[in-house]
Amino acid sequence: MLRLFLAGLAILCACLTANAQEVGLQPILQEHQEIIAKSSRKTIKPAIDAIAASGLPQAQVMLETWAAKDMWMRKADGQFFAGKKAEGRSYELTDFDSGEVVGTFEKSDLKQMKPNSGIRAMIGTALVQFQLMDSSRAKRSAALLSIQRDPDGALLEPLRASIDEEPDADLKAQKQRLERLLSIGYDEDTVARVAAIEDMSDDLGVDVRAALNPLVVTKRKVAAEISMDANIAATLTPGSESLGEAEAYDLLVASDLAAPRVSRDEIRAALSANIDGGRVEGIPVAQLNTDAARARAYAALAEAGVVPALITQADIDAALGAHVFFETYAEPSPEVTAAAEQALQQIELKVGVNQTLDLTLDAISLASIYFLAAIGLAITFGVMGVINMAHGEFIMMGAYTGYVVQQFIPDHTLSIIVAIPMAFAVTFAMGVAMERLVIRWLYARPLETLLATFGISIALQQLAKNIFGTQARPLTAPGWLDGAWVLNDVVSISYIRIAIFVLALIFLGLFLYIMKRTRLGLEMRAVTQNPRMAGSMGINPGRVNMLTFGLGSGIAGIAGVAIGLFAKVTSDLGSDYIVQSFMTVVVGGVGNIWGALAGAGMIGFLQKGIEWMNPSNTLAAQTYMIIFIIIFIQFRPRGIIALKGRAAGD
Amino acid sequence: MSTLLEVSGVSVTFDGFRAINNLSFQIGNAELRAVIGPNGAGKTTFMDIVTGKTRPDEGRVIWGEKSVSLLRMSEAKIAQAGIGRKFQKPTVFEDQTVQENLLMALKNKRGWLGVLFFHPSAGDLENVEELATEIGLKDELTRKSGELSHGQKQWLEIGMLLAQEPRLLLVDEPAAGMTPKEREHTTDLLVQAAKTRAVVVVEHDMEFVRRLNCKVTVLHEGSVLAEGSLDHVTSNQNVIDVYLGR
Amino acid sequence: MERSFVATNPSVLVFLAILSLFTLGVTVLSEGFGIGVISTSFVKTLGKTLCLCLIAVAMDLVWGFTGILSLGHFAFFGLGGYMIGMWLMYARTRLIVVESLAQSELPPTSAEVVDAIGTQIFGVVGSSDFPLIWAFSHSLTLQLILIVLVPGLLALIFGWLAFRSRVTGVYLSILTQAMTLALALYLFQNDSGLRGNNGLSGLQNLPGITASQDVVSIWFLWASALALGLGYMLAAWIVSGKFGSVIRGIRDNEARVRFLGYSVEVYKLAVFTLTACIAAIAGALYYPQAGIINPEEMAPIASIYLAVWVAIGGRGRLYGAVIGAAFVSLLSTWFTGGQAPDIPLGFYTIKWVDWWQVLLGVSFVLVTLFAPQGIGGLFDLWANRRHPDRHGANLGPDDSALREKEAIE
Repeated sequence: MLRLFLAGLAILCACLTANAQEVGLQPILQEHQEIIAKSSRKTIKPAIDAIAASGLPQAQVMLETWAAKDMWMRKADGQFFAGKKAEGRSYELTDFDSGEVVGTFEKSDLKQMKPNSGIRAMIGTALVQFQLMDSSRAKRSAALLSIQRDPDGALLEPLRASIDEEPDADLKAQKQRLERLLSIGYDEDTVARVAAIEDMSDDLGVDVRAALNPLVVTKRKVAAEISMDANIAATLTPGSESLGEAEAYDLLVASDLAAPRVSRDEIRAALSANIDGGRVEGIPVAQLNTDAARARAYAALAEAGVVPALITQADIDAALGAHVFFETYAEPSPEVTAAAEQALQQIELKVGVNQTLDLTLDAISLASIYFLAAIGLAITFGVMGVINMAHGEFIMMGAYTGYVVQQFIPDHTLSIIVAIPMAFAVTFAMGVAMERLVIRWLYARPLETLLATFGISIALQQLAKNIFGTQARPLTAPGWLDGAWVLNDVVSISYIRIAIFVLALIFLGLFLYIMKRTRLGLEMRAVTQNPRMAGSMGINPGRVNMLTFGLGSGIAGIAGVAIGLFAKVTSDLGSDYIVQSFMTVVVGGVGNIWGALAGAGMIGFLQKGIEWMNPSNTLAAQTYMIIFIIIFIQFRPRGIIALKGRAAGD
Repeated sequence: MSTLLEVSGVSVTFDGFRAINNLSFQIGNAELRAVIGPNGAGKTTFMDIVTGKTRPDEGRVIWGEKSVSLLRMSEAKIAQAGIGRKFQKPTVFEDQTVQENLLMALKNKRGWLGVLFFHPSAGDLENVEELATEIGLKDELTRKSGELSHGQKQWLEIGMLLAQEPRLLLVDEPAAGMTPKEREHTTDLLVQAAKTRAVVVVEHDMEFVRRLNCKVTVLHEGSVLAEGSLDHVTSNQNVIDVYLGR
Repeated sequence: MERSFVATNPSVLVFLAILSLFTLGVTVLSEGFGIGVISTSFVKTLGKTLCLCLIAVAMDLVWGFTGILSLGHFAFFGLGGYMIGMWLMYARTRLIVVESLAQSELPPTSAEVVDAIGTQIFGVVGSSDFPLIWAFSHSLTLQLILIVLVPGLLALIFGWLAFRSRVTGVYLSILTQAMTLALALYLFQNDSGLRGNNGLSGLQNLPGITASQDVVSIWFLWASALALGLGYMLAAWIVSGKFGSVIRGIRDNEARVRFLGYSVEVYKLAVFTLTACIAAIAGALYYPQAGIINPEEMAPIASIYLAVWVAIGGRGRLYGAVIGAAFVSLLSTWFTGGQAPDIPLGFYTIKWVDWWQVLLGVSFVLVTLFAPQGIGGLFDLWANRRHPDRHGANLGPDDSALREKEAIE
């Protein structure tokens, strides 16, 4: 109500502008001399309003001077001037209206106006209308920002007035948008507000929701009967789902319409306070170890008038029955609240759609991370049937390689370009060495491969700890990967994730190319399907196995560089991904790159979906995901993309 | 002679390849039957279907007097119903003694609790010894079966099958890798077994089949090409084409 | 029947004799009951090691004999620990709470006591209400039943799902690992009801017992030794009979066992569940000696270590599992406890605290490659026990498959 009144006042003053122009600023200041000199936040308002409403160009300078604590009052006549420190303890005063120097005065003849922060804020608001018309674009933009931060009904008129003369198209659009938003909250005409609400009802901006939400805020109230002038959102029945009985009674108590219940603690305190010779009202203290006994003793005390009586269920029922419970909008106009509700609903729907899109993007990016992590495994586990528990450690080695490269090449872009082939080389070599030294002796014993590679995994992890320490090492992404691609206020995706997605696509292509178009791929497929036959065709199965394993390991190394860019590089980096990687391969179906892709997609989407349903808790999301996977395996034991029949073996 | 097993109109497809194509096959109680056919004719897949390892896309497999469908039963249930199978490779439990192998196969309770508290009775041990004598492994009872020769393992496996007391025995290439003398013994075992139960022998070796002296079914591309005595089928022009033409 | 079982398995008698001598020896040397040569903390280490040996026996049963490389048995171990921990913590907190409430003017109501216990236990995760899973924590009997029931049920459900869909080999291992991970992640949450990553603590204090830790540690040593002895006998009895025949058959050739008419899934499920229960009992004895349990203990890596112990000790023989668990875990305590001497190389000093894991990893690879029989294999050398005399390279997917020479004969 106050705001509305003030807005009206502002307009009233605006009408008087013509008169004020002739008069000048000093008379206005003099009119309010007393309160300006007093500088109290509570009383200053009319003075600032009057100055702002004067519309005088010098008012802006005056207000700025005031806010900067450079305004001085001449004690002799109570006139206000802009003061500038001259020699010694004297100040040079300038008249606001004429802009002329009036003279230099001793400090003792003057009084400095020191507006406190509250007043400065009010001055700032008043200044906005001048700044909105300022010739500097930066100042206008800053003024808009200040309105956005701190919207006020008083600013609506100046804002509207400034739109037509705004030369900058971009700022003009911003001003128009802001005008709509302010209209929603502060226009005194209900029809105009409803129109503004409808105008903005397809806008996704957070600011729109921020403008609309206060309109639909409701407050629970209780009264003997519903008053006719309140904007009622809903009436509530105590004991229903939306308003429990206990809650309803608490509301009554809070509104001083009923006596508070006596809590257990209060009973206890009352009893403790009234122990008399080991007894409370004749009941021995030792017996007061059940709620029933305590209630009896308390009732006795109440009867004696020592304590207020217990509130019984009957009291509660009666009190609840005698009152009506309802929710009211803080906003008095039902038209506005209805329009706001509808607009919010509409926006909500649109936000929902966009959130789904955002979630999908998130899921795709997570899926590409899993795919990257799993693709090497899809080769070693899927194609060769070798389970490599040290796969995660290859990822870790790739990430550390990236870190080491960055120590030598400070340029981030260049270092990443160098790190990728380096990581491949390092892990490829490790993979080949591991295959030659360990794995090839264990092809016939898959479970033992699992354990042997696990041994390598813990050894490598500890080695990394010994070399690099336990603290996380940074692997910094190039500057051009910083930031995010923002579609609107809801949908955005960071460039780094896009880069990882692209990298995953490149690897998919590369893998397909190697398998389908190169000699190595042909030999690889031959050796996987029938090593003896392949051997007799002149293929060296040992060499092919070695290269295949090296390739899978090398890709893990590159994935490590990619993962290191957004995750912390620690010695545990790999083990964070190993189970998910295996899940990806198992769920997708072994022996097939498309399977890994499908698996990564499914796990990525699933995890994001579960996280979305239970946004507070990533741990729970992972738990549920794994349970889902275990159940999924029931129905497709061989994965999404399964080989059938004889090729699948047994 | 009543029908023990009836397979009718069965087809199986692996990734577009029709391994079994509308196959129908019958065998009665106490009958010896040889199934021959070139590689890829579907002999092993046929056994897989009967024993429940592979589920056919269509068709029926009916078992016994009560005409039970085998298609919905697990491998273990089918085996308990009385169908025994011998694999192409001799698969005995090499880490265990001949006696343990035979005891495991012996027709007894198969439930885990029953097995946990099982203690071989004198009768069981006697049975095992009898079987061992029959397959010529009486002296090897306490040896680990992994130490046996290839032929002995084949016999042990046949012995294990007999111990199961199945009503139908499916034998996949029993004579592969045997010396002529061992073959003879194997033939005797099978012929003997077929006196009390149905026996289906899958075999490549014509001479071995001839010695079995029984009705022969020729499979080709997943269906029955010819059926009858060995002389009858070997004079069949289709059969000659298939065998010589490949 | 029992007599004939012992008669046919003399190794069980030897094992029991050694175990008894060991227990007796430790008791005599302990601070609580003997001359005090062995410190109480080392007695606890030995007691814990016995529990680890027990779970290793379970692991051997499920992996060495049945061929299921379960990477989830430490989850059952941990669950068992949690179940006993709940009672220990509840009962002890109750004693403290009752004592402190007795100071107040009014005697407490039972609801007040429970609330106070709840605040004590769950204050650390910002809650004071008892979650549903603590419903039985006031009763030792019920909680003792739950030690076996909860892990058993989990194993039963998980096993049923996994085995019926015929997930085998490496896949099954990964699946069990996933199960362990899921459980650990779940317990890490503060609202899991088991105090999140704080875990349960103060478990070494037995409620209502005033005896010193010196004495209690020996009691637990006895209990652990008894459990190990019984567990070992049970396992030995299981594998010696026809049941053992069948599960070894399943390990070597699952399909063949199935065609013999045994329902392989049921057998696997029985072994899996039974060993889960044994693991849980081992855990329930272990954690009161350790004093604290938290979800970290159930991480998948713990179960892999378990497999490592069994493999190093020699799987497929029960004493191998015991030796492996005792040997590796004691060695690990020695190395990581800082007792092992550093090796100065001039340019670098090898500190075993840092390098023990590397050594373990590498030695594990070496054992897998060169001594698949593990330490237990040494006993074969000594006893000159003969192996199936087979020649030629391996043809098939597993050890018992056809050998080259036999196939081309």
